[in-house]
Amino acid sequence: MDLLTPDPGLVIWTGTTFIILVLILRKYAWRPILHAIRVREHTIKYALASAEKAKQEAENIEKLKKQTLEEAAVERDRLITEARELKAKIIEEAKKSAQVEADKIVETTRLQLEKEKKDALSQMREQIAVLSVDIAGKLLEQELKTTKKQKELIDKYLKEVSFN
Amino acid sequence: MQRFYTIILLLAFILTSFAAYAENEGEKKNKEGDFDPLEMIMHHISDSHNWHIVSFKNKEGKDVDIAIPLPVILIHDGSVHIFMSSDFHHGEAVVQKGDQYFKLYHDKVYLTDASGKINLNSEGVPENAKPFDLSITRNVASMWMSVLIMLALFIPAARKYRGKPSMPTGMQSLMEPIILFVRDDIVIEQIGEKKADRFMPYIMTIFFFIWINNLIGMVPIFPGGSNVSGNIAFTGILAVFTFLLTNVFGTKSYWKDIFATPGVPIPVRAILIPIEFVSIFTKPFALMVRLFANITAGHIVLLSLTSLIFVLKTIYISPVSIGMSLFMDMLELLVGLLQAYIFALLSALFIGMAVNDEEEH
Repeated sequence: MDLLTPDPGLVIWTGTTFIILVLILRKYAWRPILHAIRVREHTIKYALASAEKAKQEAENIEKLKKQTLEEAAVERDRLITEARELKAKIIEEAKKSAQVEADKIVETTRLQLEKEKKDALSQMREQIAVLSVDIAGKLLEQELKTTKKQKELIDKYLKEVSFN
Repeated sequence: MQRFYTIILLLAFILTSFAAYAENEGEKKNKEGDFDPLEMIMHHISDSHNWHIVSFKNKEGKDVDIAIPLPVILIHDGSVHIFMSSDFHHGEAVVQKGDQYFKLYHDKVYLTDASGKINLNSEGVPENAKPFDLSITRNVASMWMSVLIMLALFIPAARKYRGKPSMPTGMQSLMEPIILFVRDDIVIEQIGEKKADRFMPYIMTIFFFIWINNLIGMVPIFPGGSNVSGNIAFTGILAVFTFLLTNVFGTKSYWKDIFATPGVPIPVRAILIPIEFVSIFTKPFALMVRLFANITAGHIVLLSLTSLIFVLKTIYISPVSIGMSLFMDMLELLVGLLQAYIFALLSALFIGMAVNDEEEH
């Protein structure tokens, strides 16, 4: 059969064509394409890996942040408590010292008052003595004429000048 | 689905009844002008010196053939003759070059005397000597067209891969999945990661070369109309390449498996060695025959379906012919891809078995 007998001309042309085609495509198609695909695959793999790494890192950072925040909160609470205590203490101390000072002031004032009172009393006594002498003088002057009248006057004045 | 089967059965019934009718007709034929489907089919599936487009009878009742003439290259007695196939005038004219006369008879070039006489023997086979025919025939031209298509497909696609890795676009995104499929599921799968790179260009090229030629073969008129991948010379030389790669790159353990199969007693080896030795040749032989038979069979079936209209001389059969042809065309599209895949896969498998030291079965 003609169909089953390979034609040598066609064999030669097919063979030559195919070899040249393989060589051309190897140089200008398969190698660049496959190389580029491989590079891309590696890039994708690398990118995925680094993305995973970045995600991990972000998670770590998040964790760290959370931890820091928690620590900060604890620290804050502690500081606030401390500050409160300190405030209370300071107020307490201030109160105490104020009390002491107040007591001191009150004491001084009291002493001062006492002294003033004494001074006043003594001054008053002096005044009374002077007044008494004056009165006595006047009485003596007026009433000495009648003893009875003098005596009544003296009593009256003395009653008027009744002090503690 | 039910309806589909009904239609198929009906068609089968119609076809068989027409076939019986055609047989009766056949007895009466072989008159001049009668349509001979066998000749037409053989003409279409074998090679030709010109690329036939259309023939018809013009107003004056003359036969007009429109065909693209192809260069004829003949080598005889150390001299090379190049001329266009139109010089043969479809086998009617004798071409004289120097003192040699060539005539075309059934698309083959024979040496004749000046009168162009072809001596037929009792079986109707010409006895004339043949020059060595290196012509650019229809198959060669068609094959070169497939080469141009491949270059146009892959080189611009490859150019897009320059620069930074990026998303595939356009033609690149169409070709890339197929290239990746061949790379991962044929070459690397069969040959293994380590040695795959060396054979990658071969398997890639063979896959696309066969596939594209199969597809071109399905186009019925000019850019197609040939039967390259259904030609035994084409499938044969590709099988020879696989054979050469298998045996040239075959490792020690490959040859040891053939001539000294490990773990087999010596008397058994005496039986095994011839079998193993023959299998070196049968594997590529099967490759050759498988592709040739599949593609040629597809062409024959398609052409037979079309011939039905002319054999029965009625236009009413054309819906059946066209319907069945359409179905066959769909099937052939699948077969075209499948055969390319099988050829590439088996080539990769044979090469893989030969180049790998550790047997993986």
